[in-house]
Amino acid sequence: MPLYLALICVGALLAVSVYAIVQRRNPDISRNVYRLCIALCGVLFLAAVMPRGAHVVSTTLPLGLPWIGMHFRIDVLSAFFLAVVNLGGAAASAYAIGYGAHEKDPMRVLPFYPAFLAGMNVVVLADDAFAFLVAWEFMSLASWALVLTHHHEAENRRAGFVYLLMASFGGFALLMAFGVLGGVGGAYDFASIRESTKEAWKSGLILALAMVGMGSKAGLAPLHIWLPLAHPAAPSHVSALMSGVMTKVAVYGFIRVVFDLLGPPAFWWSVEPMTFGAASALIGVLFATIQSDLKKLLAYSTIENIGIIFIALGLALAFKANGLALPAALAFTAALFHVFNHSLFKSLLFFGAGAVLSGSGERSIERLGGLIHSMPKTAFLFLGGCVAISALPPLNGFVSEWLVFQAILLSPSLPQWTVKLLVPAIGVALALSAALGAGCYIRAYGVAFLGRPRSEAARVAQDPDRWSLGTMAALLALCLLAGLLPSLLIDTISPAAKDFVGGRMPAQAELAWLSIAPIAQSRSSYNGLLVFVFILFSAYSAKWVIHKFGSSRSRRAPAWDCGYIEKSPTTQYTASSFAQPIRRTLGVIAFSVRERLDMPAPGEMRAARLSVDIKDRIFDYLYAPLTRAVETCASGLNILGLLSIQEYLALVFGALVFLLVLVAI
Amino acid sequence: MTFLFDLMAQGVQMLLVLALAPLLIGFIRKMKARLLRRKGPPIIQPWRDLIRLLRKEVVLAENASWLYRSAPYLIFAMTWVAASLAPTFATGLMFSWSADLIAIIALLGSARFFLALAGMDIGTSFGGIGSSREAMFGSLAEPATIMIVFTVSYIAGTTQLSEIAAFMAANLELRASVGMALVGLLIVAIAENGRVPVDNPATHLELTMVHEAMVLEYSGRYLALIELASALKLLLYISLIACVFFPVGLATHDADLHTMAIGLGAYILKLAIGGGALALFETSTAKMRVFRVPDFLGAGLMLGLLATLLVFVTRNL
Amino acid sequence: MDLLTIDIAHVLAGALVLTSFMLLYQDRLSGLINIYTLHAVVLSLSVAWQAYYQDAPHLYVTAGIAVIFKAVIIPFSLRRIIERLRIHRTVEVVGGVGVTMLIGIFLTALSLVVMLPATASADPLAREDIAFALAIVLLGLLMMVTRRNAVSQIIGFMSLENGLILAAAGAHGMPLVVEISVAFSILIAFIVIGIFLFRIRERFDNVDLFELDRVRGGRS
Repeated sequence: MPLYLALICVGALLAVSVYAIVQRRNPDISRNVYRLCIALCGVLFLAAVMPRGAHVVSTTLPLGLPWIGMHFRIDVLSAFFLAVVNLGGAAASAYAIGYGAHEKDPMRVLPFYPAFLAGMNVVVLADDAFAFLVAWEFMSLASWALVLTHHHEAENRRAGFVYLLMASFGGFALLMAFGVLGGVGGAYDFASIRESTKEAWKSGLILALAMVGMGSKAGLAPLHIWLPLAHPAAPSHVSALMSGVMTKVAVYGFIRVVFDLLGPPAFWWSVEPMTFGAASALIGVLFATIQSDLKKLLAYSTIENIGIIFIALGLALAFKANGLALPAALAFTAALFHVFNHSLFKSLLFFGAGAVLSGSGERSIERLGGLIHSMPKTAFLFLGGCVAISALPPLNGFVSEWLVFQAILLSPSLPQWTVKLLVPAIGVALALSAALGAGCYIRAYGVAFLGRPRSEAARVAQDPDRWSLGTMAALLALCLLAGLLPSLLIDTISPAAKDFVGGRMPAQAELAWLSIAPIAQSRSSYNGLLVFVFILFSAYSAKWVIHKFGSSRSRRAPAWDCGYIEKSPTTQYTASSFAQPIRRTLGVIAFSVRERLDMPAPGEMRAARLSVDIKDRIFDYLYAPLTRAVETCASGLNILGLLSIQEYLALVFGALVFLLVLVAI
Repeated sequence: MTFLFDLMAQGVQMLLVLALAPLLIGFIRKMKARLLRRKGPPIIQPWRDLIRLLRKEVVLAENASWLYRSAPYLIFAMTWVAASLAPTFATGLMFSWSADLIAIIALLGSARFFLALAGMDIGTSFGGIGSSREAMFGSLAEPATIMIVFTVSYIAGTTQLSEIAAFMAANLELRASVGMALVGLLIVAIAENGRVPVDNPATHLELTMVHEAMVLEYSGRYLALIELASALKLLLYISLIACVFFPVGLATHDADLHTMAIGLGAYILKLAIGGGALALFETSTAKMRVFRVPDFLGAGLMLGLLATLLVFVTRNL
Repeated sequence: MDLLTIDIAHVLAGALVLTSFMLLYQDRLSGLINIYTLHAVVLSLSVAWQAYYQDAPHLYVTAGIAVIFKAVIIPFSLRRIIERLRIHRTVEVVGGVGVTMLIGIFLTALSLVVMLPATASADPLAREDIAFALAIVLLGLLMMVTRRNAVSQIIGFMSLENGLILAAAGAHGMPLVVEISVAFSILIAFIVIGIFLFRIRERFDNVDLFELDRVRGGRS
């Protein structure tokens, strides 16, 4: 029943796309489309959480390849991701009811938006390689079209190009992965793939291909370069969907292939996700720290969070390979918890960035400032998002990171020395990225929302409409809820952990005071609710005592600033000066920063200049040689265009004979 | 009855840390003064200052926002909660399990987050400089602390402070990694609390200041709360070091009053030793340049990492 | 076996690794020599403790040799050398301390991964001594690779040699004759290098090895 409901809704989403094209003259079309999307996403969400009769529900529809059809299935994992996708989808649609009114050319968004949602849903529901890949490419193309919404700007066209290139590369890798998975027998539905046996080298190859294919969509370093270009280029609600939801669909694909289809893991599988995850976490957060474009900053921070998820998944693989069911379940739960969390707060932050963009027209935080006065409600909600994503208690980001740390602390039970010593190193990368992440959001929030306005636009900016604010408030409430009552979410995830890593965490809801204890209370426990109550209690009792026995008077005066404050707002600390210490200490390694100071001699009247060069090393060392190699090959192949027909035929003939020889051997 | 007794013990601890924190600061100042052959103010002086500040009117900058006004309460509350969840005179107090070691570190991180934001609210250049440097120090100190947490909990098999203290007291073992973790934690503690060589708690108006730069615009009760929070933070770090590395004399939560009194005495003695050592260290070193601090903290981080590695080399191989 | 005895041996060996890291971190020549002295003292303590624990009197002699040569004579003459060369205040330009330290930690992890499983049957103390010794040797090599100054390269070399002695002491001893000859050969190598230093200095007015490389016609 839920599966049919879900498939009908997907069909309806596609119909909404058509409806948007047909009704393009209708002045209310934008609102109508988004309202329909909310309704459909809501139904899909219900389909995900409603009790299913059987543990796994599957069906075959007569679509696609003749006689075989398309297979669809809902199990606990798809249901979880279905819920995440549609929660994000519903939030983005609700936000867009207000935000979409700012769109100059709505017809570049409306037809693709429901199609994008439909594509993501089908990926999660697919139960054969064909359906999976078709839906995957559909999702990629729809999001590519959305990235090109503002195609008048050259930067966005470039983003679209890079995105398309990386998406087709990733799609190709996935095609190969499923090809190898299917094997010679050509098994293409997941059930028969699951049954087949795989040799060790094949598993390694599939793992690598899946890392490339899914990783390029999720934004795993070094395949992340398209992400900070493409995500910010789209309209903000689409950015939220791409960053908060689409990357999670890629994570789903990775889990489906590696934890499910590939069979029992070997311990060395864990090395790849963990190291690349750690690299992504560090690279993402370091680049986020030096961005001044708010949306770009958020996109880089997505890379960081994807890194954290992959670290947790790698840990789960390592534990699962050694038959340590409980730690594996802990790591797996941490990964899914972070998936859920990140979809919430990243959407919230992108909505906030959209509100800033529509309210002030500025994307660069260097030209903002003081928004807490002009946009007080957005400022409050955005602050909540920042606290959540910086992994600070008592909000939800901390809980998932705490769970990952707890999983890391169980690593001495692993028998392999390589992994045993690798895990603490991964842990330091995780801790470093968490701490840098907090610094990054202090900078983003402090420069954009606090201080004095750096431009007229920032001074007169206004809060967005009710729909946008309401959506953001709802997301923040969910963040708070997930932070205070994590036990509910953990218990929801544990059936998935049971199915995919063979163990489950102890039921959390029965613990006293609603706290969580992954292994046992004598080992570790955390109670977000109590901590929150204590903080509120201490703060309010301090306030009460001070106002009662001390003083409650206050008066306003000009700022002191050690004597005299310069009136011009340009004397404030800027975003780049805030990042300077981190740029200096860590930047030399991470992005080969060069600072050049041009200081005029005493008496000379020209201004001093400081210029900073920042290079993306990955781009220089990985992509630039690759591009050059491709160019060389292409110019080599130009010769082919000059051949005569006879020579062409000879070439084709030769190839045919060569293949026949291969088959013969 | 036991419930009530437990609740009381927890309440006593909350009030105890609050009462002792300014006295610790006063004691350190007194010691430093004595080491320089000055007489120094009485130990009670920080409390007097705080009470005076609490009674004063607050002068707010014209563009101070609600964040600026609520941040001191939040910072104080978070630090206080963190300080009262760590074992001081007894382990296993009623709510000690609601936040383990990682959560306590993260609570301090939350307090830092709001302090750094408050520093940027008025839009002065001093505030920005302080916040930016605090963010840099924090982003190196926090991973170092986490590595030390790793070391300790790999050894003790738990992240609950009470359990760690019990384990360390029961299984006395000399280990290279514990020594390195201790030195690493000392480095972190010095940096996190803005003591000399990293920051100078005694000066305003110095271009290298960090903590004082952030709170420059605060006055009256807000300033009092922030000062109290930073005193609590220092106390918390000393209690952490004491309970993990020197768990001598700690009572358990179900002990009788007599044992608890011994625990309290031991705790106060440990605080005095810690404060005295800090005063001695501060008078004998000079402040570093700001861009040497990352090296200093980096050494802490490396020690933590090395300690974590060496955990796996033990006599129980 | 007394647990405390093992613990002390473990702490001393760990301290030796830590001192190697301090050598790697220190960029002042005079400071480097001081830390090297410390390295030698910790080594001889460690060896002496091994002598007590294994009840092997000849290891006391090794410890004695280590103290006399490495903690007294060599640092003293090194200090004289750098004073006569007028480089005792030199602060060496060490590129990327952080990266070097990370590599050092990686090398330590590597030696643990290699040594601990390989020596599973030996007694715990010998195992950890050998693992630590390999780490010290690798760190000494790393120091020789990353430093440009000839004096710090010598120190790197000698810390490497300390690692070898630790390994030998932990693995139930090499004969005394071998040890004495090793000590003497180190001393001779030291003298030769010292003479060379002066010759280099007379020729090029510098002991920076990059300069030498340039003269040889290598990369500048």
